[in-house]
Amino acid sequence: MGLMKKHETLERHSLALTLGILVTVAIGGIVEIAPLFYLENTIEKVEGMRPYTPLELAGRNVYIREGCYVCHSQMVRPLRDEVERYGHYSLAAESMYDHPFQWGSKRTGPDLARVGGKYSDTWHVDHLKDPQSMVPESVMPPYAFLADNTLHFETIDDHLKALRFEGVPYTDEMIENAQADLIAQADPDADYDAQDALVARYEEAAGREGTVRIADYDGNPEKVTELDALVAYLQMVGTLVDFSTYEADDLDNRR
Amino acid sequence: MSTLQTRRSSAFASIGSVAAFTSIFAILALLIASHAADPLMGAHAWLFLGLAVVGLLALALWAGSLGDRDPFDQTIYEDTIVKFGVTASMFWGIAGFLVGLIIALQLAFPNIFYFEQLGWTNFGRLRPLHTSAVIFAFGGNVLLATSFYVVQRTCRTRLAGGMWPWFVFWGYNLFIAIAGTGYLMGVTQSKEYAEPEWYADLWLTIVWVAYLLVFLGTIWKRKEPHIYVANWFYLSFIVTIAMLHIVNNLTVPVTLTGSKSYQLFGGVQDALTQWWYGHNAVGFFLTTGFLAIMYYFIPKRVQRPVYSYRLSIVHFWSLIFIYIWAGPHHLHYTALPQWAQTLGMTFSVMLWMPSWGGMINGVMTLSGAWDRLRTDPVVRMMVVALAFYGMSTFEGPLMSVRAVNALSHYTEWGIAHVHSGSMGWVGFISFGALYCATQWLWKRPSLYSLKLVEWHFWLATIGILFYIVAMYFAGILEGLMWRAYNEYGFLEYSFVETVEAKHISYIIRALGGGLYLTGALIMAYNLVRTALGHGAAAEGTRPVDAPAAATLQPAE
Repeated sequence: MGLMKKHETLERHSLALTLGILVTVAIGGIVEIAPLFYLENTIEKVEGMRPYTPLELAGRNVYIREGCYVCHSQMVRPLRDEVERYGHYSLAAESMYDHPFQWGSKRTGPDLARVGGKYSDTWHVDHLKDPQSMVPESVMPPYAFLADNTLHFETIDDHLKALRFEGVPYTDEMIENAQADLIAQADPDADYDAQDALVARYEEAAGREGTVRIADYDGNPEKVTELDALVAYLQMVGTLVDFSTYEADDLDNRR
Repeated sequence: MSTLQTRRSSAFASIGSVAAFTSIFAILALLIASHAADPLMGAHAWLFLGLAVVGLLALALWAGSLGDRDPFDQTIYEDTIVKFGVTASMFWGIAGFLVGLIIALQLAFPNIFYFEQLGWTNFGRLRPLHTSAVIFAFGGNVLLATSFYVVQRTCRTRLAGGMWPWFVFWGYNLFIAIAGTGYLMGVTQSKEYAEPEWYADLWLTIVWVAYLLVFLGTIWKRKEPHIYVANWFYLSFIVTIAMLHIVNNLTVPVTLTGSKSYQLFGGVQDALTQWWYGHNAVGFFLTTGFLAIMYYFIPKRVQRPVYSYRLSIVHFWSLIFIYIWAGPHHLHYTALPQWAQTLGMTFSVMLWMPSWGGMINGVMTLSGAWDRLRTDPVVRMMVVALAFYGMSTFEGPLMSVRAVNALSHYTEWGIAHVHSGSMGWVGFISFGALYCATQWLWKRPSLYSLKLVEWHFWLATIGILFYIVAMYFAGILEGLMWRAYNEYGFLEYSFVETVEAKHISYIIRALGGGLYLTGALIMAYNLVRTALGHGAAAEGTRPVDAPAAATLQPAE
């Protein structure tokens, strides 16, 4: 067969073979991934999405560090049982500021895409410290040490800068006030002006009210801990998009 | 005399260049260590520096003791590095299986195997340690060792680059050390199978380029006109992993002296990039790399030519072309646009054919030597590896169908699938290659004990069966429970009831993992005794199986 004879060229020239391999394996990825960056209907039009506040971002980093994604997905599929169990199916828009994404691949524990606001802060604190105390059959590890760990946020503004470089719409004001914003969100008794400024900044970005919550998340007013940050993050996951204005049947949102 | 001198000076040039190159990075590590923005980066910089200095000292001592000996004698193969690779493989294999057993026990008995004061032993940190240890530490060292072994013999020439193959070997294992300690300390990008942070990724990129050059350099000076089929597969593994690694790890460090970075892509684009990478880590690390092993070690062990040359060409190109498209099947029903999901599913189903092409080519290579299945447990191990390969490459396309995936995704079914592929295919073909390589490298007439290989084979096979049957059961069970409705139209089960239902399966799975680990320990013992020349491996013993080829010989 002629084609088989031609293959000899590749078997005799290593650079041709290497190049042939590279071209062959490059095609699939280019065809599948590249369009996601320019096809406009990849990400739905929604109201309410905003960048993470500094405290939420720090909490998200704790979530990543502890490998929560290993057992918890953040992606509700549009299947009847999942929508009933967890809530509205996840939209691409809801993770557009997620670097990296946290969709997960395994549900050893339940999906967390809509966990925000479902339980009280106290429940989360007790559950994270000793999961079996709240859910006896749970196989989740204990995270009591998070309550002792002081949150380090001296460089949090650099984190916001790195994300802005990647396209997350943090404003100069958000970056300048990152540390103050972080403290303000974790302490309800702190400077009210700082709190108002934090809420104003991030609600303006979201385009709607009620998307920034201030609380002493871990119930320990002495210091800002990693547990504060993690609970702050968990309590806002999946709560940003205003589904009352979302039109799933709109042609722009069909994918 | 002058040729001796040129040879010596070229040897010292390669040793010197490796030393200089390593020193540059040691100095960089020192700079970072002294300015570390966070303690994790500090720990890693000091670790890197310490290991680099130890490496440089060892190199200096070794080079000083060379005398007149040419360390890179072109008339013989570089086998010492392969021996190191075989040892490292066995070590990392046992470490990886052990961590797997520990995390399996954590899920079976959370009250016993979690420690409130030792947060770093939690499942979330150990699971990446397990996956990276078995895939990259065990699998990676097997691939390094066997590729160095195979490329020399099929090209009938010594490894190119003098000292540089050693840079690749130690550099790669240094990457493993950084990655593994990082997971325990909480340094992670959270991208599955690509968890190491930006600085470890950069180091691996450098090592990988050196690996590609050593491999290509050896092919360039080959004494065979043709490049043997195993080398196509190794080459596709090296080239494609480079591409995947670089694109999936594009990231912006918060500061150059800190460990944290943010992925360049976000959300849906990051998700597809990740699974384009993740699925092809399976495709090109765990498949084409180990198919290369199959294409050398099976024909060599049974002393038969590869079944079909044409089939190897057809399945090679179709396999590598189609594999790359399959990533989106990890994202069915997610927020990934449906056109991408459908493309991924279509190509995943097509992938079945080239996969089975490889399996058929491997199994049929035994034509005329089927009796070896009975007499040589090492051959049996490699053929059973192919059976598992065939099984998981049929199951993969099945699971990539959207309707099936709706049930199987997020469940233990996925865990069963990857373990039938990894323990069955990757594990068994690696064990086969390690048995062969140990016997041949240490030039033994036989392994220390074939009976122990039998024990290993059966313990591991039963272990895998326990493991996958338990996980298939658990996966389908929980998938069905999640979607079960009661007579009033409400969801029948709460989530935690589905967790509780898997308890027994988790115990059986841990038992299976324990059997598999026991088999590997027996293997390690057997390999050590073989290398030492004990038992049937003693000199003068009548060869029980195919003897090693001591001299240069044709590739095909």
